[in-house]
Amino acid sequence: MYTEKVMDHFKNPRNMGEIPDADGIGTVGNPVCGDMMTIYIKVKDNRIEDIKFKTFGCGAAVATSSMVTEIAKGETLEEAMKITRASVAESLGGLPPIKMHCSNLAADALHAAIEDYNKKQKEVKK
Amino acid sequence: MDYSAGKPVDPRVIEEAQPFMQSRFGNPSSLHSFGQEALKALEAARAKVAQLIGAEKKESVIFTSGATESNNLAIKGVAYRYRDRGTRIVTSSVEHMSVVNTCKFLTTRGFEAVFVPVDCCGIISIEALEKEVTEKTTLVSIVLANGEIGTIEPIKEVSEVVHDKDAYLHVDATVANGQIPIDVKNDGIDLLTLSSNDIYGPKGVGALYIKEGIRLEPLLHGGGQERGIRSGTENLPGIVGFGKAAEIASKEMQIESARLVRLRDRMIKGLLDPIPRSFLNGHPTKRVPNNVSVRYNFIEGESMLLSLDMMGVSASSGSACTAKTLEPSHVLLAMGLKHEEAHGSLMFSLGKGNTEEEVDYVVGLMPGIVKRLRKMSPLTPKELNE
Repeated sequence: MYTEKVMDHFKNPRNMGEIPDADGIGTVGNPVCGDMMTIYIKVKDNRIEDIKFKTFGCGAAVATSSMVTEIAKGETLEEAMKITRASVAESLGGLPPIKMHCSNLAADALHAAIEDYNKKQKEVKK
Repeated sequence: MDYSAGKPVDPRVIEEAQPFMQSRFGNPSSLHSFGQEALKALEAARAKVAQLIGAEKKESVIFTSGATESNNLAIKGVAYRYRDRGTRIVTSSVEHMSVVNTCKFLTTRGFEAVFVPVDCCGIISIEALEKEVTEKTTLVSIVLANGEIGTIEPIKEVSEVVHDKDAYLHVDATVANGQIPIDVKNDGIDLLTLSSNDIYGPKGVGALYIKEGIRLEPLLHGGGQERGIRSGTENLPGIVGFGKAAEIASKEMQIESARLVRLRDRMIKGLLDPIPRSFLNGHPTKRVPNNVSVRYNFIEGESMLLSLDMMGVSASSGSACTAKTLEPSHVLLAMGLKHEEAHGSLMFSLGKGNTEEEVDYVVGLMPGIVKRLRKMSPLTPKELNE
């Protein structure tokens, strides 16, 4: 059902955990649907210096979370905003069709974390 | 440990059935000696299945293609045949999809279907049943034991309620058959669904017991086989195998079930005791011998299945993520579980091949798997990860 890459990220998730003093936090999904993920980012000079995730959900939910952190780490915020659900799935060698909608939320969580960072920055400037 | 998804055929069954695929290929409807030999084998198998469920007459057993067809035949068969008596069908909220969707289909054809609730252990509410079974009710269809939670329903009590209102009682015994004794006469059952593979017989064969005097509208019209209730040339190798499996179950059920109960209870204790925020799904004792169904808070079922699969263990889950639909199991939700609790459910169905060593192996794996996934989950309270 899953590609080897998905299983590799499920078995050995990259960047799993929390960043206690994160600059931005994004949470999407909800436990009722069976998938929920939180992404924490640390930003330095407009780049994602550190990124971590926590996920409740199926194998695809864990793998996409892990993959998105791997892709986004070191990228500028603009580059990171260009990461899409489709590109995450593609990097994993594809996902089963039913998982494309319900579990492929990691890019959304990343974008939510960046938006949270941007919002906080504006508040600081005020 | 996912025997309810599929069972291997008992080698003794294969031995019995094999000649009917090769040298003994006769058609029971033929008059020549080949046909007559086939007819004899067909009727011998019928007698063995009848004996397993305490049916007085073997003619009460009709062979079908499996439990789904039997459930369809019983429900649609009674609903259409006795339409002039009433159009109300009553069932429970913990039925197999072949009952749920047949009842739902009938509601698009002018019938009314009522799903009676269950308690937190999955036991049907007799009080609600008494209210819902009206004079207009022709059929009540209740599962003897649901495969996901293993809860055994109080069929005798159900039967009294049903017969007080002169309705018929259909019981889906697919999961329970071969695990607990069934006696259609003693239990007051009018129609009973059986599957062959669930008792280590071949797949693609099942049966419907129909009490004498009950008439059914057939699903399949044709050459009039199976007393005109189920046309189509009989699947003789399958049926002969089913008969042998029934004979073996009659003889060996008691000992095997006692062994499975010991394994089941050892496994449940082992899966729950060392892990906080873990719970049993279903009833602790009114439970089929092979069913282990548990849930762990803050984590999701498919992740547990994948983790077990990596260690060579097969199980199943109540989570939507393993199913074709996006909804978690209706059976778990019917017991009052929240969606997120249903998502965290894990089910094992034990069988003849499972040993105490295997149970202990799985029990030993679970704390590590749960710990890892809880560490990953944003829902887990901090103190559980310490």
